[in-house]
Amino acid sequence: MSRIPVTNIIYESSKVTEEEALISTKSLSAYFGEKQALFEVNLNIPEKQVTAIIGPSGCGKSTFLRCLNRMHEVIGGTYTGSILFDRTDLRDINPVELRRRIGMVFQKPNPFPTMSIMNNVVAGLKLNGMRDKKLLKEIAEENLKKVGLWDEVKDNLNRSGASISGGQQQRLCIARTIALNPEVILMDEPTSALDPIATAKIEDLIYELKKEYTIIIVTHNMQQAARISDYTAFFYMGRLIEFDNTKKIFTNPSKKQTEEYISGRFG
Amino acid sequence: MEAELKNYKRRLKYRKAINLIVNSLTFIAALIAILPLLLIFYYTVSKGISRLNLEFFIEMPKPVGESGGGMANAIVGTLILVGIGGVIGLPVGIMSGIYLAEFGNNKFGQLLRFLTDVLSGVPSIVIGVVAYTIVVIPMEQFSALAGGVALAILMIPTITRTTEEMIKLVPHSYREAGLGLGIPKWKTSLFIVLRTAWKGIATGVLLGLSRAAGETAPLLFTALGNRFWSTNVFEPIASLTVYIYDYARAPFEDWNAQAWTAALVLIILISLLSLTFKIITRSKYKTN
Amino acid sequence: MYEKNRYADGKWKTDRGEINLIGKMKSVKKSVKSSRVYIGDLIYEKMTLIFAIIVFMMVILMGYEMYINSKMSIDKFGWNFLTETTWDPVEEIYGALPSIYGTLVSSFLALLMVVPLSLAVAIYLAESAPGWLEKPLSFMVELLAGVPSIVYGLWGIFVLVPWLREEVEPFLNEHFGFLPFFDGPMYGFGMLAAAIILSIMVLPIITSISRDIMKSVPSIQKEAALALGATKWEAIKIVLKNSKSGILGAIMLGLGRAIGETMAVTMVIGNRPIISESLFDPGYTMASIIANEFTEATTELYLSALIELALILFVITIIINIAARLLVWSLEKQWKRN
Repeated sequence: MSRIPVTNIIYESSKVTEEEALISTKSLSAYFGEKQALFEVNLNIPEKQVTAIIGPSGCGKSTFLRCLNRMHEVIGGTYTGSILFDRTDLRDINPVELRRRIGMVFQKPNPFPTMSIMNNVVAGLKLNGMRDKKLLKEIAEENLKKVGLWDEVKDNLNRSGASISGGQQQRLCIARTIALNPEVILMDEPTSALDPIATAKIEDLIYELKKEYTIIIVTHNMQQAARISDYTAFFYMGRLIEFDNTKKIFTNPSKKQTEEYISGRFG
Repeated sequence: MEAELKNYKRRLKYRKAINLIVNSLTFIAALIAILPLLLIFYYTVSKGISRLNLEFFIEMPKPVGESGGGMANAIVGTLILVGIGGVIGLPVGIMSGIYLAEFGNNKFGQLLRFLTDVLSGVPSIVIGVVAYTIVVIPMEQFSALAGGVALAILMIPTITRTTEEMIKLVPHSYREAGLGLGIPKWKTSLFIVLRTAWKGIATGVLLGLSRAAGETAPLLFTALGNRFWSTNVFEPIASLTVYIYDYARAPFEDWNAQAWTAALVLIILISLLSLTFKIITRSKYKTN
Repeated sequence: MYEKNRYADGKWKTDRGEINLIGKMKSVKKSVKSSRVYIGDLIYEKMTLIFAIIVFMMVILMGYEMYINSKMSIDKFGWNFLTETTWDPVEEIYGALPSIYGTLVSSFLALLMVVPLSLAVAIYLAESAPGWLEKPLSFMVELLAGVPSIVYGLWGIFVLVPWLREEVEPFLNEHFGFLPFFDGPMYGFGMLAAAIILSIMVLPIITSISRDIMKSVPSIQKEAALALGATKWEAIKIVLKNSKSGILGAIMLGLGRAIGETMAVTMVIGNRPIISESLFDPGYTMASIIANEFTEATTELYLSALIELALILFVITIIINIAARLLVWSLEKQWKRN
């Protein structure tokens, strides 16, 4: 809690307009079969910022994230309304191509166990036909350096991706994602399975990455959202309750539900 | 009160005694169960080992009356038959297993799953009859091919279901990771999911192949058997198992002894098959 | 950032769009405007579907082929085929009853001998065996399942049959000879030998399936019983009660295996198409008639009758297997619900 600024300054609300947004959703409703998980969400996500999505479990925050790169459909979900990515409707973009431009990091580190650390980083490129070994190695090295993993694994590049620690695995997964040079990185509670030290490393990394990428992170950890994000969206029962800059949300939320959640009265 | 306690204690003693008896009985049952295995191994080794020499592997069977000789043709024949079975059975089994795991969440998938289960219970002799009707009758010839087809039908259900189950055991998160990297579904399935499941699938394949290598009934009237050297798939071909059958029933002691050696070789061959697969599938990477 | 000149414009062209290695793609217009199914995925699905259909057709074809090829016998004998007691290739009279009788008697006899034993072993492996013993024992039971049928037959001819002829059958005859089952000449080859060898072969199936079923019984009830002071055996009884239908399924799968077993039985049963009360007498099973006489079938009717036997065997084992799977499935479903 100590890192949440305690201050009397009233932070001004700052809205993101549709023109400024890299991704914007318009009355997005998502379903699993008959069950509706999201209700009419309108949200504009700014470019090269970290946007955190918070809310109690089951509030639809993961579903929202998964809609953005059409992973929601992989597990049989559907959605109505529209999602614009760089002003193009998501339905007009091939999902395979879309996922290269909107990468994703998952809750549990999931490096491919049958591939070496190096091949894990370049899996996306290799499986799309890149054969130039020297180039692949270069890319692997560069991305491992970006995530601060190079010095830790450079002597063991041929070991299985599953042989390193959980925190390292998660950074490997981030390296794997940014090796495709996406525009957006979606992170679905990337630190929930990690210890505090590994979490801190990932948070630092996110801070570095936002210079180049637009990051959307789902987290159940409010302090984390407060620490690393520029904007925060609060979801509750499948509805977007409030979206604003992070300081405003955490110091002076305009909705009562947000305030109650932030101050720990539920969730 | 005291009487009650006494009664209870007596009952407890009785219950504990029953428990002990049952425990010992089941243990004895386990010993009895493995007795035949030990007996069969003992006899196969002790009766078969005396003729287990190089001659057995490189020479052809001798005519009645001459002692010695080997079963080179039958060993090669068995390998060829299992090979043909594998060439036909593996693609069909693995591909249909992939279908069941990836796209089989529908009525057809349910039905197919059920049919493969049922097929795995169909006696091998019946499968031999089927291979006879679909290969031997049209070709008007007993052949290694017909035997191979029979073995293929026999191994398909095992391979199909193992493939499906092994793919389903791969955590969904790997699939998501692949798709999340913009890798097309089919490549994710083949190069990530299947690759992770490969070891388990290889085990299923091994099970199918070694079961096929030990089969006799489906070969009796498909591959038939051959006293001579043949590697032609359109001709009848010898196999270890059919040799054992013929030699075991023959009234010559010399042949009976050969049958035991052939049985020993068959068991060794099956064990080697599993050993080879274990080596092939051993992971390239050390994991902790 | 990697050097730009090393890969031209910094883009990696793939079969579907391109991956930007440098800089961001600014214009979405470049992207392929489609959300149709990826052609590779479609090919993949259809390819695997073709093989799935092959497997499906294979099962259908099996039944069809056997029906067509046994048509002559079916037309000639009709339902009498099942009740006729004569199997005489010389007179061209073919009746399946002796072999159906032999098949059923040898299989049920085998089950009678082996079910209690298998269940005891399964209980031991699932509930009481210490860890260091359970693994090797389970492995050995599985090994028993892996021994080829022909090796059982070989062992049967040279070890089991002489033993039966010289020790067991005289003993049984001496002490229980008043029963018709243990009367008559003692060949060694015969129904008793077949049943014994079948029981050995069926044991690993029943044992391993019922062990797995017992192990997957939800442990709450068992633990509750133990916590209330029940002895282990009393707790096991609860497990057994809960896995009844699954164990029945395991036994039926064993029955299916016994009915279709060919080589080992053919080698020890004596191969004579007669119906006799005595277990010492030779018999015949459907599978062993086919194995023995198929290559000798000189006339079309003879071959047709043999194929009809195979068809009957096919139908019987399918019915047994369906029933067994349904039993096991229903149990699993029931557990999943709870």
